Amino acid sequence: MPESSTSPARAQVGPGAGAAVLEARDLVKRYGDREALRGVSLRADRGELVAVIGPNGAGKTTLLSILAGIARPDSGSVSLGPAQVGWVPQQAAVYGKLTVAENLRLFARLERVRDPEQTVLRMLELTGLGDRAEEQVAHLSGGNRQRVNIAIGLLGGQPVLLLDEPSAALDPRQRERVWEFVGSLAAEGTAVVYSTHNVQEAERHAQRVIVLADGELLFEGSPSRLEDAVEREASARGDFEQSFVCYLRQRGH
Amino acid sequence: MRWLLLKDLQILRRSPLLVALLVLYPVVIATLIGFALSRGPDEPQVAFVNEVPESANEIELGGERVDVTRQAGPLFRAIDPVRVDSREEAIAKVRSGDVLGALVIPEDTTQKLQAGLEPATIEVFYNAEDPVKADYVRDTIKSQVSDANRALTGKLSEVALGFLDLISTGGRYSFLGRDFDVLGLERSEQILAEARADLPRRSPAREQVKQVIAFARLARENLDLSDDVLSSVGTPIRVEQTALDGGATPLSSFAVSIAVTVSLMFITLLLAAGVLALEREENAFMRLVRGLVSRTGLLVEKAGLAAGCSLVVCLVMLAGLSLFVQLDWSRLPLWLAALAAGALAFAAMGLTIGTLAREVRAASLLCVMLSLPLAFLALVPSGAVAPGLFDAIRVVSALFPFKPALEALDAALNEGSIAIHLLHLLALFLAFGGAARLSLRRFAG
Repeated sequence: MPESSTSPARAQVGPGAGAAVLEARDLVKRYGDREALRGVSLRADRGELVAVIGPNGAGKTTLLSILAGIARPDSGSVSLGPAQVGWVPQQAAVYGKLTVAENLRLFARLERVRDPEQTVLRMLELTGLGDRAEEQVAHLSGGNRQRVNIAIGLLGGQPVLLLDEPSAALDPRQRERVWEFVGSLAAEGTAVVYSTHNVQEAERHAQRVIVLADGELLFEGSPSRLEDAVEREASARGDFEQSFVCYLRQRGH
Repeated sequence: MRWLLLKDLQILRRSPLLVALLVLYPVVIATLIGFALSRGPDEPQVAFVNEVPESANEIELGGERVDVTRQAGPLFRAIDPVRVDSREEAIAKVRSGDVLGALVIPEDTTQKLQAGLEPATIEVFYNAEDPVKADYVRDTIKSQVSDANRALTGKLSEVALGFLDLISTGGRYSFLGRDFDVLGLERSEQILAEARADLPRRSPAREQVKQVIAFARLARENLDLSDDVLSSVGTPIRVEQTALDGGATPLSSFAVSIAVTVSLMFITLLLAAGVLALEREENAFMRLVRGLVSRTGLLVEKAGLAAGCSLVVCLVMLAGLSLFVQLDWSRLPLWLAALAAGALAFAAMGLTIGTLAREVRAASLLCVMLSLPLAFLALVPSGAVAPGLFDAIRVVSALFPFKPALEALDAALNEGSIAIHLLHLLALFLAFGGAARLSLRRFAG
């Protein structure tokens, strides 16, 4: 059984926090003989930032793929269908030859939003890319490309946003801008579930962390609770990454 | 789907180099193949030396002067003669590679022709280092010398026929400046008949004269057949050609079919495979099929784009080629049907290739690697390989769209029904479309 905590997070809490908008129960996924997920459950509340962390091969991407509706679980359930969840893949899924505005407009039309032009303007404002709207995405920096990638995930106005390693391959400044942007989304009420390798980011930008290892849910709770759980058993005081590594080691991972 | 199509067109518009390559490369390749198949090599350069003195160029045949150099006309039409002064110079030019071969007419040629005791000989030199060139020069000169021989034989037959006519009907004949009156069989028969009538009824000479009259008549009647006999001697074997299989497509028109089909294949395959692979390369595929577009819809959009673009390019190409080769524009609906069916079958094949590749470059490479051998296989003529191998080639060619597309376009441009080819292409479209759809299931971003 995973350890859990519902204690307040360090990061900001968006409006309406506490109302579960996404729930997944007992998700199991097998690839041949290998079990990628073993009965993992998860919930995300409105305006909440949930980080899924774990070592390589823990099942983070598999979990997000199932939540996004890309992969089907062998058993278990997800409360929302793909159309009700915004999804941002790890690698920017945008067309390099199109401009920022054209990418947003294309996906807005494919999402059948009521007023595509208005939506594009809103997203340009939200991403702070208004002045680069007519630039081809191929010419943008990795950070700005990721902002477009995230904005496309938001076009449908879904209450939940799934982000797969959103800050991977970004430099620290670009990472910071992406997290500012994600934080503002949560502040507006979007429940954000993201996977990351960077446990420091999870500590800084999540109200709740979910620790996966070998497809198993080891921990669910606030970052501080994870540190507390380690401190009781070892001496990784003060460093969240150290605490995380100790936590995994103590549980045989 | 409309927005995706517009997006793809926009991306193509912003990739002018890619579009130019996509259109120009196949068009250039197709044109080269077309020309290679429709035209023989240019006239080979052959060194030519005529050692016969100018005064001896004419020979007398049956009292008629024949200029032998004029009989060489057909030969000069088939080669590009490089006139040289001596046999040695001609041979040196062949050795140095300046010319493909050398043709030497020895000094005694006309004497031998005049005497008629032995055949005149002309000498041909060629470089055998390159078997293709050697074959070409040998065959060209041989064939043209045969033509010249035939022309001389005709001339000799004409002279002989004149003599036979003189024997048959009689007339005047000049020899060494003196005129002779030749009686001829016809007049001999008449004179003998008159003389016989004057003989007494019981004269034994009457029966003998009768036999001579009968002989003269028989000889004259048989000499009347000499035209045909001499014509047969001049050309003992005539060739009568009958095409048993296939239509009467002119070579130039078939070359157009090949050129356009090769272009259709390249453009459609590369576009279909490329635009589908691009969705994966840009990581957009999973985003699209999460509910924005169905997988089948995505395939239909890509197939439509590739088939539409290639159809337009090939129609423009046909219009351009029609300036050089006569094409029947009244068959335009058939051209359109053949091109559309071929484009759809190629598009489905391209999509199948596109599902196998994760990147546009890999997809393009796969297309080229697959399409070129298939095109060459489809062009292997029967009889060029062992029967078993040819059967295998036919089966392989039938499994891919090139051969049926070529046959459909050939029938549409020239004559014959295209229905069976359209059905074949439709079956391939469905088969490859199904394969692409199945293969797409395993796409997982």
